Amino acid sequence: MADVLTTPAPAAVAVAGRSDRWRRMWRRFYRKPMSLTGLILVVLFLLLALLGPALFGDPTAVHFDDVLGAPSGAHLLGTDDLGRDQLARIASGARVSLEAGVLSTALAMVVGIPIGLVAGFYRRYLDSVVMRAVDVVLSFPFLVFAVGLAAILGPSLRNVVFALGVSQIPAIVRITRGEVLSVREQDFVAGAIADGANDATILFRYVLPNAANALIVQATVAIPAAIIGEATLSFLGLGVQPPTPSWGVMLTTAQQFLSQAPWLAVWPGVMIAVTTLGFNLLGDGLRDVIDPRSAR
Amino acid sequence: MTQQRSAAGRRAGTPLLSVEDLHVSFGTEDGLVQAVKGVSLTLAPGEILALCGESGSGKSVTAMSVPRLLPPTARVSGAVRLDGRDLVQLNASELRALRGSDVSVVFQEPMTSLNPSFTVGFQITEVLHRHEKLSRRAARARAVELLELVGIPDPAGRLKEYPHQLSGGMRQRVMIAIAVACEPRILIADEPTTALDVTIQAGVLDVFRSLRDRLGTAIVLITHDLGVVADIADRVAVMYAGRIVEQAEVTELFARPLHPYTRGLLGALPSAARLDGTQRRRLREIPGMVPAPYSDPDECPFAPRCPIAADDCTASRPSLDRQGDGDGHLAACFHPGLSTVEAVDA
Amino acid sequence: MPDLLTVTDLVKHYPSGRGRTVHAVDGVSLSIGPGEVLGLVGESGSGKSTVGKCILRLTEPTSGRIVFDGTDVTHLSRRGMRPLRRDVHIVFQDPYSSLNPRFSIGQIVAEPLRQHGIASGRAATEKVCEMLERVGLRAQMRHRYPHELSGGQRQRVGLARALVCEPKLVVADEPVSALDVSVQASVLNLLTDLQRDMGFSCLFITHDLSVVEFLADRIAVMYLGTVVESGPREQIFTDPQHPYTKALLSAAPVPDPAAQRGRRRVVLSGDVPSPLTPPSGCRFHTRCPVAVDRCATVVPSLTPVRAPDHPVACHLVTEDSVPTLAQ
Repeated sequence: MADVLTTPAPAAVAVAGRSDRWRRMWRRFYRKPMSLTGLILVVLFLLLALLGPALFGDPTAVHFDDVLGAPSGAHLLGTDDLGRDQLARIASGARVSLEAGVLSTALAMVVGIPIGLVAGFYRRYLDSVVMRAVDVVLSFPFLVFAVGLAAILGPSLRNVVFALGVSQIPAIVRITRGEVLSVREQDFVAGAIADGANDATILFRYVLPNAANALIVQATVAIPAAIIGEATLSFLGLGVQPPTPSWGVMLTTAQQFLSQAPWLAVWPGVMIAVTTLGFNLLGDGLRDVIDPRSAR
Repeated sequence: MTQQRSAAGRRAGTPLLSVEDLHVSFGTEDGLVQAVKGVSLTLAPGEILALCGESGSGKSVTAMSVPRLLPPTARVSGAVRLDGRDLVQLNASELRALRGSDVSVVFQEPMTSLNPSFTVGFQITEVLHRHEKLSRRAARARAVELLELVGIPDPAGRLKEYPHQLSGGMRQRVMIAIAVACEPRILIADEPTTALDVTIQAGVLDVFRSLRDRLGTAIVLITHDLGVVADIADRVAVMYAGRIVEQAEVTELFARPLHPYTRGLLGALPSAARLDGTQRRRLREIPGMVPAPYSDPDECPFAPRCPIAADDCTASRPSLDRQGDGDGHLAACFHPGLSTVEAVDA
Repeated sequence: MPDLLTVTDLVKHYPSGRGRTVHAVDGVSLSIGPGEVLGLVGESGSGKSTVGKCILRLTEPTSGRIVFDGTDVTHLSRRGMRPLRRDVHIVFQDPYSSLNPRFSIGQIVAEPLRQHGIASGRAATEKVCEMLERVGLRAQMRHRYPHELSGGQRQRVGLARALVCEPKLVVADEPVSALDVSVQASVLNLLTDLQRDMGFSCLFITHDLSVVEFLADRIAVMYLGTVVESGPREQIFTDPQHPYTKALLSAAPVPDPAAQRGRRRVVLSGDVPSPLTPPSGCRFHTRCPVAVDRCATVVPSLTPVRAPDHPVACHLVTEDSVPTLAQ
């Protein structure tokens, strides 16, 4: 075997490996202004949620001498009915939104992904049972289900996270299962079986990594949905309780003073809209970039 | 017989279609892809021209430039003349009128080219209705004729069937029937038998032959299969990296391939296996890979893989020139016909 | 020497809704000796790939018997199957879906070594590099990912992966069908070189007669779930006996215009019947140009008629005559 030919590599890929792949993905992402906008909005939201509470002071400090104050030099976004600084409350609300969004999505994924994996991989009876259950839950609108659950559990941030997380599980199960069904038809899975790989190896080394892209994209849908969910539950009084600030709670307050202090309603509303928009744009961008079909 | 007929047709006069210095490029995120880099060819009435080459050679893009069925990012320059009319200059509505009536296309995948929600009969009569303005009854009668023409048994019965009820070979025949419904003068067939089994392929190729003989349709056959070329083509153009590297009458090309790439392709076929010095059956390989489509250095594009490449091959690019006194045998090579066998074995 | 693999009366039926059954494989028997290449030829729907999957136990055979290297593996459990999997590997057709896009080439080739505990760490890397070079790739290639490779390179990686455990049997399921002619030639040369050097047996599944003519020692021709004829390569090509084999041979165009146009071709009428409702008697009788009444009722058995190593399943083949097909 001295005469084996060595196929020369095409110049385009000769340079290299993984970093090249990331560079290409970034370039594809960067080129779309919408995706970039989404990324910037999400980063700003994260900065606000993580650093804001430290920067903008105590959101629960009451100042009866300055209630329903219009935006001013001292209070950039004005003050509410108890004289609390709106900017500080927006920042703390961002922290609450982030917690609700990330924790509930994490909960949904931790529970939903294994169920989806098992249902999609083994199919048969288990799959039918799981998918019928998923269909039943999905037949309720997500928020209606979450509201019902939160009403049973009682108001608190922890219960909001739980209610939102549980409500998102069916969607995660369905997406995971769909990915598993398509990945398991690929020849490389048959190849692994032909190697004698056991089910755990196949699931965790082959199937799950290849389903990851879709799940990452799904997270960018689930997080903003949970943020809206948290705001809604808190607005309805089923979520975070005053005096803890939450964008939903802030809207409830603002509602009572809409004629005297309309600015109170503007900022929480804008924040909810902009944050969810940011996540959705980011998600669309990621979907384009990491779609395995276009990554070839 | 068919041979004589087409040869006579070509000598008789002006070509039906002529492509002159066609360039097609696509903007992609990795840069400008030059898919076709200056292709010129002609097609006589009733001629079957095979465009062959491997994936990425530009054979499909060249042919699809005629009805301009190209992605929107394509940039086309050069001229594609049909009856003296330059098709490159046509606007969208003129192109629509052209497609189906003067130029039709048959694609590789008979499954995805038919609409699954409508019957075969509906899909054929719709074309007849749109282009020929035939009445319902006349269109139906014509549809039966067309299905008969493409060798579908019980054509009247088949009209009521849906695409999923037909086999792959039958679907491809239906596609051909639709394509020739308006008696186009040019039929472009893009790998029409690649998805079919060999026993089915033979029948479909017969359909093309009979279309040419009965309707005088000129056919551009895009294929990678040299067996199919040998079976049906009158003339062959071999493409490599966006250019025609050799063009000749079919028997001439197979008997006296001049370009090293053509020779390489013929030698690489499993049926061309020879015994080597160690009495092993071996196929001739073409080392290396097709050049990336982003750049176009001024050298013979095949030189890096060519067993007989010399200094002049990388100094400039050979043009597609007439070779010998043969009947239009063209090759783009500085050393045409130089034996590659010795070069490879050495 | 005893055969490495013997398949006897293999049947694989799939349920297909509304109580119907797909008769994918219906009573196939074949054997492969040590170091032998058996070409399994058939068109789409012939069940050739299903035979390969049953042998690898990627699908459960309905009935029949598969004996590999002296062990009956027909209904062996996955656990029981595991040690044997070291000795039998597969190469797939599609160079795009056969490699895990998340693994580097090195990981892909090392996976069977890891799975069977043959080598790990440095030893595995060494083996991987050696194997990559053997299939004509640079050892550096192990750091790349599948999407960075061309189709031909991927197919070489597929070969490296299948051969890294030095198996006794390789099932190659249309391994060159998706490749361009020039790439196909180099992969076929490589496969024959490796087969001769390493001495593995090979079940080469393909629809392309010219490919098996190039590399098979023996050929079995399948039609609609059954083997209609099998025998040494030269005999199949020079003395085909079954009408289907003849039709198949005559339908494949040869790349020589003069010869191709002068040939008498047999154009088969009709289509391959559905495997949901295979025809009675000889499965080929609906398309056979020389079928007689008996063909529609009596199933012909695959028996040697004219030569002991060249069995054929046709009523019309007798010791002193073989059916001739007129155009």
